[in-house]
Amino acid sequence: MGETQRVGEVIEASTTDFVAQCYELYQSPPLGSLVKTKDPDVELYGIVYNATTTSLEPGRRPIARGKDETTEEGIYQASPQLLKLLKSEFRAVVVGHRQGDTLHHYLPPKPARIHGFVYLCSPQEVKEFSQSFSFLNILINTRLPVSPEELIAASLRQMSEVYEDRRAFLVTAGKELAISLSGNFNQLKAILERIKA
Amino acid sequence: MTEETKRLGIVTSGSLNKGVEVRLDSSASVEDMAVGRYVTIEGEKRRFFGMISDVNLGVIDQKLTVTPPDVSDPFTTEVLAGTSTYGTLHVSPYLTIGGDATSLIEGPQPVKTVPTHFSPVNLASDQDIELVFGSEDEKRFYIGTPLDMETKLCLNLPELVKRSNGIFGKSGTGKTFFTRLLLIGMLQKSKAVNLIFDMHSEYGWEGRNEEGQKVKALKQLFSSKVAVFTLDEENSRRRRVSTDFVVRIGYDEIEAEDMVLLRQTLNLTEPAVEAVYQMRRRFGRNWLQEVSELKDSDETRELLKELNIHESTFQNLQRGLATIRRLPFLEPHVPDNPVRHILEYLDQGINVVLEFGRYTDITAYILVANLLTRRIHNQYRERTEKAQGEDTAPPRPLVITIEEAHKFLNPEVATQTIFGVIAREMRKYNVTLLVIDQRPSGIDDEVMSQIGTKTTFFLDNNRDIDSVLAGISGKNELKSVLAKLASKQQALIFGHAVPMPVAFQPREYGSAASYKDFIPSEQAEKDIEELWE
Repeated sequence: MGETQRVGEVIEASTTDFVAQCYELYQSPPLGSLVKTKDPDVELYGIVYNATTTSLEPGRRPIARGKDETTEEGIYQASPQLLKLLKSEFRAVVVGHRQGDTLHHYLPPKPARIHGFVYLCSPQEVKEFSQSFSFLNILINTRLPVSPEELIAASLRQMSEVYEDRRAFLVTAGKELAISLSGNFNQLKAILERIKA
Repeated sequence: MTEETKRLGIVTSGSLNKGVEVRLDSSASVEDMAVGRYVTIEGEKRRFFGMISDVNLGVIDQKLTVTPPDVSDPFTTEVLAGTSTYGTLHVSPYLTIGGDATSLIEGPQPVKTVPTHFSPVNLASDQDIELVFGSEDEKRFYIGTPLDMETKLCLNLPELVKRSNGIFGKSGTGKTFFTRLLLIGMLQKSKAVNLIFDMHSEYGWEGRNEEGQKVKALKQLFSSKVAVFTLDEENSRRRRVSTDFVVRIGYDEIEAEDMVLLRQTLNLTEPAVEAVYQMRRRFGRNWLQEVSELKDSDETRELLKELNIHESTFQNLQRGLATIRRLPFLEPHVPDNPVRHILEYLDQGINVVLEFGRYTDITAYILVANLLTRRIHNQYRERTEKAQGEDTAPPRPLVITIEEAHKFLNPEVATQTIFGVIAREMRKYNVTLLVIDQRPSGIDDEVMSQIGTKTTFFLDNNRDIDSVLAGISGKNELKSVLAKLASKQQALIFGHAVPMPVAFQPREYGSAASYKDFIPSEQAEKDIEELWE
């Protein structure tokens, strides 16, 4: 499947989303990117909607350490253990799955497996997945900590990168949204403003 | 032509009475649509033919109209076009054709239902138009092209002449040109002969267009099939028209019924018209001369008293008769009966154009047209009845063309004039009318309702429009089509001879090339060229 980049490992999963921890600090994929994780028979696709970097131990909050340092890099150099005490995680909302050869733009029968590897999808896969825009409906209707306008705009911007004619892709997507959001022009307007080609 | 199968959109709602709503696809711009254009709707089981009768703009969310999006941004505009903002068409379906073999043979039928939801709607192609209106053949005559199309629109002329027909439109919209065209068509493709009361002498030899250039008329194009009669020999000679007969009318040919028709133009009172009947009874055939020569004497007064006619009525009548007698083509006695001559020509299949020359006065026109037509009508009636009785061939179908028809067919006189009778019932006797008028509202409703095929050019008076469209289904839709016609050379034709109404542009008439189209044979072409030089 071309060059797929491994970006993390599932550490929490539900039917609608999964949480993955990055192998390297701050290496979470960009907001709105399409990621996938495998199961023996099902491949799950998700869109990154949130990324966090927190302390490894929930009770221990990081403290400010840079008072005597001149650069931010200096802090990490002075305390190299910091990199091991922090973790980066990202959350992805499940938007589809592949069973056998067919790609479905709806929720899979089972959630992702813990410790499943998470990959960033290749441009080819992104193209294949974005042939249908029904995933937008999941994004509109799922309650997430980020506003759906932001997430939809981000994911469309990400996906449009793989197309030669970015504008045509965005227009088609925009039209799809205009139909789905027929009753909510303000929301549509907000998204369109964020994806203007 | 890629436009031939151009998809416009889908049916979203509608009813048989009011027509269907079509939502335009985002690829079809409302600005490319035009009222009067033809569309086909591909229903599940049958195809429908309809006409665009209105174009609307719609928005999916009313907020868009209150806070419009930033139109300077092409991206937003492009996204919204066809989704949040869209165009709709109002289409009136007229005909339908089923998918099975039998209905294909039967051809298009009037609609009795509407297409299902979301049936695709396409612009009608040339083939579709041909399927509906037929192609040029020995019966169908090419009259023009539907608006915004290149297809030839053809009219079934034998079917057309079976009913009375009307051509309406404001002055200068192209009625005369279209009438010429139609007359040529009838002359070529139907068995009917024409008798044309040519008030402005423009159908027989030649006419002029608005730029003042000469335009050939029937006699120049079909000299063997057209005879020009004239009332005004001098005028015809001056215009170098070769006339076949000079019409003179004797006083004794004028009947009391003719006076009824002239009541308005001669300003006669009701009792004066009544008096005419009494005079006719009293003096016999020669009444007109006798009455107008009555002097103001005791004898006359005695006579009036006897007939119970008031003196002022009599004076009113005499003034009217004096006006008639001043018409130069009237003579006390005419040995040569014009009606016999006209019928002779008509029997040979030769069309007769009666030119009025300088006598374009409405009195002359009404008098002559009515007088001749009544006699011809009587003859036709007798002959048809005879033919029915003896099982022989009926006389050749006759089409009588009259201009300023509202003068003959207005509600006050329509019941009395011969034209009213013809319009109502003469179809049975093989006589029909071709009515040309600019004030259709002046024509009696009953007559109007009997007119088979109506062609209307631009009209802007509401009463005229109502009267032309009276009784037709989808009147409101056609009204919007009619109101949007160009002020020249665009017309709407509907009724008996056309399967569905169609807005069209009459074919070209007046150039050398256009004449050639009418006469395809080589010899004729040569003739035309010689004439043209």
